[in-house]
Amino acid sequence: MKKPTSAGSQRRLLSGNEAIALGAWEAGVRYAAAYPGTPSTEILPALAQYAGVKAEWSSNEKVALDTAIGASFAGGRAMAVMKHVGVNVAADSLMSLSYTGVGAGLVLVSADDPGAFSSQNEQDNRHYARFGKFPCLEPSDSQEAKDFTAFAFELSERFDTPVLLRSTTRISHSKSPVEVRMPEEARGWEHLPPFERKPQKYVMIPAHARLRHPEIEERMRAIAEYAETCPLNRVMWGDKRIGVIADGMGYQYAREVFAGFSFLKLGLVYPLPEQMVRDFAREVDTLIVVEELDPFVEQQLRALGLDPIGKDVFPMTGELTLARVREGALKAGLPVDEGPESMEEPDDALSIPPRPPALCPGCPHRSVYFNLRKLKLLVSGDIGCYAIGVLPPFEKMDMLISMGASIGMAHGAKQAGCPDDIVATIGDSTFFHTGLPELANTVYNRGNACTMILDNRTTAMTGGQEHPGTGVTLQGDPSHQIDIEAVVRAMGVEDLWVVDAMDVEGVEQAIREAMKVEDRPSVIYVKGECVFLPGYQRRTTAVVDPEVCNGCGFCFRVGCPAILKAEETDERTGRPKAEIDPLLCTGCTVCLQVCPRSAIYQTDQQEA
Amino acid sequence: METITNFLFVGVGGQGILTASDIAASVGVAAGFEAKKSEVHGFSQRGGVVESHVRWGEHVGAPTAEKGTVDFLIALELLESARWIDWLRPGGALLINRQRIAPMTVTVGDQAYPEDAKVLEMVRARTEDVTLVDGLAIANDLGNTRMVNTVVLGALASRLDVDEETWLSVIEERVPPKYAELNRKAFRRGRQAVS
Repeated sequence: MKKPTSAGSQRRLLSGNEAIALGAWEAGVRYAAAYPGTPSTEILPALAQYAGVKAEWSSNEKVALDTAIGASFAGGRAMAVMKHVGVNVAADSLMSLSYTGVGAGLVLVSADDPGAFSSQNEQDNRHYARFGKFPCLEPSDSQEAKDFTAFAFELSERFDTPVLLRSTTRISHSKSPVEVRMPEEARGWEHLPPFERKPQKYVMIPAHARLRHPEIEERMRAIAEYAETCPLNRVMWGDKRIGVIADGMGYQYAREVFAGFSFLKLGLVYPLPEQMVRDFAREVDTLIVVEELDPFVEQQLRALGLDPIGKDVFPMTGELTLARVREGALKAGLPVDEGPESMEEPDDALSIPPRPPALCPGCPHRSVYFNLRKLKLLVSGDIGCYAIGVLPPFEKMDMLISMGASIGMAHGAKQAGCPDDIVATIGDSTFFHTGLPELANTVYNRGNACTMILDNRTTAMTGGQEHPGTGVTLQGDPSHQIDIEAVVRAMGVEDLWVVDAMDVEGVEQAIREAMKVEDRPSVIYVKGECVFLPGYQRRTTAVVDPEVCNGCGFCFRVGCPAILKAEETDERTGRPKAEIDPLLCTGCTVCLQVCPRSAIYQTDQQEA
Repeated sequence: METITNFLFVGVGGQGILTASDIAASVGVAAGFEAKKSEVHGFSQRGGVVESHVRWGEHVGAPTAEKGTVDFLIALELLESARWIDWLRPGGALLINRQRIAPMTVTVGDQAYPEDAKVLEMVRARTEDVTLVDGLAIANDLGNTRMVNTVVLGALASRLDVDEETWLSVIEERVPPKYAELNRKAFRRGRQAVS
């Protein structure tokens, strides 16, 4: 638990995610749930440090929102946290939560990823606010991330509505100063009063839903009226030749590029303060909208009959940057600074080799993708580190679309008559997320696709979070460990192979045998720990014997960053021999198993 | 225009770039500036390039600088200094840790890691202000290869008008207590190496 050192306030550098956690805690959040996903992951671990709040990893985003809804209905302030695509998973509950409204305040944090740094798309989740009819707040730095989060709970209760707090990668993962109030004492934990039963509000049968809908429309009218005086929307007058309407990180870029001009900064981006916008537009010569991704604000301004400069000059794809906002402004002929001169590329420019991501040394996914490539199978992939399998040297993934989809896509392809041998690859955390119903579907419909569950005992891609299969909670407390093998058997899968990820031949044999199963589903359960797990046992180091190595390059095909090209070449072939970086090698032995000349050995073998 | 000092830390995942840039941003706050820092992690980090922006100023809007406006480019890896050189403003300060870490496209692919002289020739076309430090050698000498980033911070500090105690107190706050003394030494060694 974090103990305050002294009363009073202190200026600290916090990430947007740390600030959201702090804001929620200051607002007295009792329950928070999340499924890890970049760039939202760090919010829950930050919140879990504080006393008086129950913070949990959920098995998926819908579960996170559902549990938060229950907490809110029961009278406790609640928060659900997820990345942008996670909101799609939770959307079923979200759309009807809008109808029920809340008990105590409920805030949904969506961390969007303009630029798709770590995501399968760059959808703009502000649209959910309009679609689902609830307000959306958008902070522009960490101080606002904290303040807006706390404010969101007030807004939620005042208008009986879920509130969407939209962050982005640049907000969540940037650090800026935050005034941190030091609380007098840590908060305790007391039970809530008994549940206040309101079936007409909380039980969404059709008859109740029809009654709730007009109230939701009325609520949005009330919030739109409130938006006109909401302190999160601010006009800052400057030179009135240009008036900039901006939100989120777009505001920060605009603030520098359009320094000295007038601003309407939107903190409540939906519903829009229409009168405020009209008044602002009337006062300025040229109206500009700077917003990341879609023309969400711009289109609403157009509906008001305004004609701002927006996506005609500022890009709709990728994240904004100072340079992109400046370029747009210059394209529109606006009087802004021209910025730095671009340097001309010399003709003999140095060729700089790129650094694509790779499976880490010792990664348990290596043997799987090595074999899938070797056996030339069709691979239906999923979300996780193993998506790296699509890159060289494996280049072994043929489809990937969303969490859990690998199993369904493989099934659908086979059912439609695809003649290729197909394998779905899915990680342990992703299996619990949405793999369970997908596998149940394959079994039920008597599909014959093969599913490989790659269990590395953690949610690796996002930095190693616990999940229902690890037997440990967010706080590190012991919990029941759900046995994937038993679950698969209980679903009725009889053709099941359990293999050690470090046994390259064992993995190959399992795949070969599974491919022979023609009329029913099969599962290969591959077990091997992620090298970043705290308890990971680094084995001995592998060494290449330069006397035996002939530079055949076979070991390079396992794509291990620890296997390097040596200076020494083979006399006959002229090809570089292999050598192994002892600092990077974990002793996983995969290279040793694939070397056709047995030129690689472990250090302890040498000493023996 | 308000004066903002832009830093860009670049290197390879695992080199401690995020910690180094965190410290540089906190030093900015301790020195009385509004400081912001920004990085991207997640998928891009697995053995890939890591970049982290730090900006100090009276008022800072964006957490990332614009290409061609970076005042201090700090490359923890040699090749990365070349990859990011056009982010440096012409004549800006370039600090290079001369360590070479071969990317997979070199070790497994058919691309070549350019010679030191070629890299230095390229970056010198942008600026004469190039400082080289052998962070890995110093860190090895101190008995811990993880000290490279602190050595580099020491070298950077020699170019900035913030007193050493501010740097050291921020570093001590940020690192586990048992490594405080080692980091202090690493910082001083880095500072000495370039002054």
